[in-house]
Amino acid sequence: MTDHLRQFLGRAGFAFFTALIGAIFALPLVWFLFAPFNSRAELGLAIPEPFSLSNFRQVLENSFAIRALGNSLIQSVGGTLLVALAATLASYALSRSPLPGKRAVTYVLLLFSSVVSGSAAMVPIFLMITRAGIIDTHLSVILVFAGGLLPTAMFILRDFIDGIPRSYEESAMVAGASPVQAFFDVALPVIRPGVVVVVVWAFVNIWGSFLIPFILLRSAEKMPASVAIYSFYSEAGTPIVTLLAAYALLYSLPVVLLYLFVSWKFGFRFFGGIKA
Amino acid sequence: MASVKFENVTKRFGGFTATEGLDFEVGDGEFVCLLGPSGCGKTTTLRMMAGLETPSEGKVWIGERDVTRVHPKDRGISMVFQDYALYPHMALADNIAYPLKVRGQPRPERHAEAQRVADVLQIGHLLDRMPAQISGGQQQRTSLARALVTPSDVYLFDEPLSNLDAKLRLDARGFLNHLQRDMGITAVYVTHDQAEAMALATRIAVMDRGRIVQYAPPLEIYRRPATTFVANFVGNPPMNLIEAEARIEGGQLHLQAPGLHLAPLPVPAALATRAPGRLTLGVRPEHLALAAPGAANRIEGRLFANENMGPETLVTVTRTEGEARLTARIFTDEAPRLSGAVAFGFEARHLHLFDAEGLRVPGDGE
Amino acid sequence: MKRFSLLSPRAGAAFITPAGLLVGAFVIVPFFWVIYVSFTNRTLLGRTALNPEFVGLANYLELFSPHRFLDPGQFGFSLVLTIQFVLFSALLGQAALGMALAWLLQQVPKPVKAMTETVVIGAWILPEVVIGFAWFAFLDYDGGTLNGMLDAVGLPRGDWLLDYPFWVIVVFNTWRGTAFSMMLFNSAFASIPPSYFQAADVAGASSWQKFRDIGLPLIRGHVVTDLILITMWTFNVFTPFLLTKGGPGNQTEVLSIYTYRVAFRDFDFGKGAAVGVVVMLINLAFALFYLWVARKRTPGGAA
Ligand SMILES: Nc1ncnc2c1ncn2[C@@H]1O[C@H](COP(=O)(O)OP(=O)(O)OP(=O)(O)O)[C@@H](O)[C@H]1O
Ligand SMILES: [Mg+2]
Repeated sequence: MTDHLRQFLGRAGFAFFTALIGAIFALPLVWFLFAPFNSRAELGLAIPEPFSLSNFRQVLENSFAIRALGNSLIQSVGGTLLVALAATLASYALSRSPLPGKRAVTYVLLLFSSVVSGSAAMVPIFLMITRAGIIDTHLSVILVFAGGLLPTAMFILRDFIDGIPRSYEESAMVAGASPVQAFFDVALPVIRPGVVVVVVWAFVNIWGSFLIPFILLRSAEKMPASVAIYSFYSEAGTPIVTLLAAYALLYSLPVVLLYLFVSWKFGFRFFGGIKA
Repeated sequence: MASVKFENVTKRFGGFTATEGLDFEVGDGEFVCLLGPSGCGKTTTLRMMAGLETPSEGKVWIGERDVTRVHPKDRGISMVFQDYALYPHMALADNIAYPLKVRGQPRPERHAEAQRVADVLQIGHLLDRMPAQISGGQQQRTSLARALVTPSDVYLFDEPLSNLDAKLRLDARGFLNHLQRDMGITAVYVTHDQAEAMALATRIAVMDRGRIVQYAPPLEIYRRPATTFVANFVGNPPMNLIEAEARIEGGQLHLQAPGLHLAPLPVPAALATRAPGRLTLGVRPEHLALAAPGAANRIEGRLFANENMGPETLVTVTRTEGEARLTARIFTDEAPRLSGAVAFGFEARHLHLFDAEGLRVPGDGE
Repeated sequence: MKRFSLLSPRAGAAFITPAGLLVGAFVIVPFFWVIYVSFTNRTLLGRTALNPEFVGLANYLELFSPHRFLDPGQFGFSLVLTIQFVLFSALLGQAALGMALAWLLQQVPKPVKAMTETVVIGAWILPEVVIGFAWFAFLDYDGGTLNGMLDAVGLPRGDWLLDYPFWVIVVFNTWRGTAFSMMLFNSAFASIPPSYFQAADVAGASSWQKFRDIGLPLIRGHVVTDLILITMWTFNVFTPFLLTKGGPGNQTEVLSIYTYRVAFRDFDFGKGAAVGVVVMLINLAFALFYLWVARKRTPGGAA
């Protein structure tokens, strides 16, 4: 009996301790949950009284803020599409075609991509983009992200494709399909879960990124939300908290929704580029 | 329907030779089994027929056509893969109808055709399911249905029954046998189960380390195995092989081995011109019977194991201290409670002789 | 058709081309370009913007110039700071906390587990600028949540960003990145057959003993993987910039922020590139070490 009691107390202790850590982790986010709904929000924590959506109305009326969200969308969707397309094709080839030295290629790519980090490459990337004449364009952001995310995306996807039996495509070909038909009818649908993972991963990465657009973009009408958010300051240089909070919430929404989608669909494990 | 011909086909993977000098023909309407132990090159041979591997040397013919470098889709073949390769994202109906889809048949027609084949295979009621929602036996039949839905010149099967339980396996075997007899398809069937090969094949190609060591009808392989390898591989349990000292004396062949009592044999023509030295003597377990002590041809040993298999019993004895074992298959009714010394008798006409290289020494009249 | 393959070499080459071009242009070219620029006096504006001169090792000598090497705002200071930052926030903070959480989560009721996981992962996936603001508010001197709580329990409030900037970014980065280690260790623990732990339960082992004697030894490989990965990421992370801008007085100027300031505030591209090269060399050492470890435990390696 006492043994059971001790075990029960032990379990309860663990649960309490875990919940405590969870609560501490939640603390910095509490303000961020309340402030958007508080029309007189400041940096201080306060329960919205009354609960109000006026901050959001203000944001929605701010054409600059909305455009920035649109820009984020353009850059994220563009970059994600490019990454998904190029990575799918390339990893399929790396897995299925008898190219010499393909294993070495994958490792060299991976090595380069982890060595050439954003902080190391910001100078040459800026210089290259300037020289290419596409500084301050959506295209520059899309291309730079695509190049940077591709090696990891390829590595994840190639691993995924390697795990798929070749007999799928082989049986399609024996049944009379051409390589292209076999790719679209059989291989692509089977690879799709892997592509979805890469898409979500790439989107979240680009959507949340600050440094690259911060360096590559100059004009206000191209800024994505991550950079534009810094414009919500008064003349005196203090943040307009009400606007900021509501905007941050809107801007976070896609990421949260994707997180829910992934954890519902696959059970959230890894889309953080574990292989990187 | 068409024949398949291999002309001196060798396949190397890097430095490793998977098949060497394959030279054989599968006649129109034949059902040929490729039989051999794991890794002997059966799948490789089949894949070269399908066009999924390109031979390093030699030619492959289907009918009158040299297909050595023809793409799989243009060879007029169907194939059942060892792992079934059912497309996980398609319902069974679409899986089965896929070869028809590729050929551009409209959806209603190809689904009707899939239904027809599925009904024959008794999976007609499952066509809406996804592959993950059916049992292993049903998956196997789906894969079979997909291979059979289009008429093909040659059907290729890679151990299609290896994942089934014993009962389903027998059912499917019966079905394939029926198919062959009924429709007269040309088929090449890979297996490492000799009973399956015996039951299905019109001819069996026994493979060993990338080569075909014997290519003959099942009974021929059973009755006149070409090498000790074949003798050892075909038959359940396999043939007993006994190393024996041989000498020719007075125009007769004398064989000596521990526990063996054998009346002198007539000298086979093949041995007339050379000194035999050592020979290997083979006798099948089913050709051994309990012998009265003192019978002319007999083998003696001490009881090692006595396994009752129902109507039959496997009796194993050791001829010498140590390894030299010998197994007999006798009717349980005739097997008394054995112990200690046991003697088996046999008829001389059931003996097989192999030379020092393991090649069959043909008996007279072979 | 010469030899059969699922995808002919020519089609394979075509499939690889788009990715090859992108990676070539934005990963491989920058790699060599940054090396080249680091040997020039290239600037953003002025004469040397268009016609940079070759200056040999001058940029590197300036970085490593001994007499001011360790002063705030200098390369040496940032390098040492970054090493401390990695040590405290990644190795001690993220890895240890992630390990503790992963272990605890194995044995708590489902709702507690789900809630804790959601919060920790939320800290990791929310956009960095949002997180930056949330923390800015959290640490605010007048009304920030932290000081408010300290008031409530009667402790003195602090001006954290001014007085303890280094520890702020350490705690911040721990908070931000623990999710990765937690998830990695979580799945590593989940891959251990439950019977191992049940056998220990039968023997009457405590949770700590099970962790020390069964859990930890069995996931050693994952721990190494985790440590290398989070070290690399933390070494290059730019996010503290969003909280402190590198200040006050360069006190939180980790290498990535230092590079940014030299190149894009002082507009000295040559020197910024030289820092980039040093960072790449350090990254290379980590990456090679990682590949070496990964190769060594390929059979059965799960990460
Ligand atoms: N793509 C390949 N690369 C290298 N070696 C191969 C390849 N395919 C087969 N082999 C080798 O060739 C030999 C024959 O293989 P194969 O698959 O034909 O054997 P099998 O007779 O079908 O065996 P099992 O009964 O186990 O299926 C094996 O030793 C195998 O390791
Ligand atoms: Mg095989």
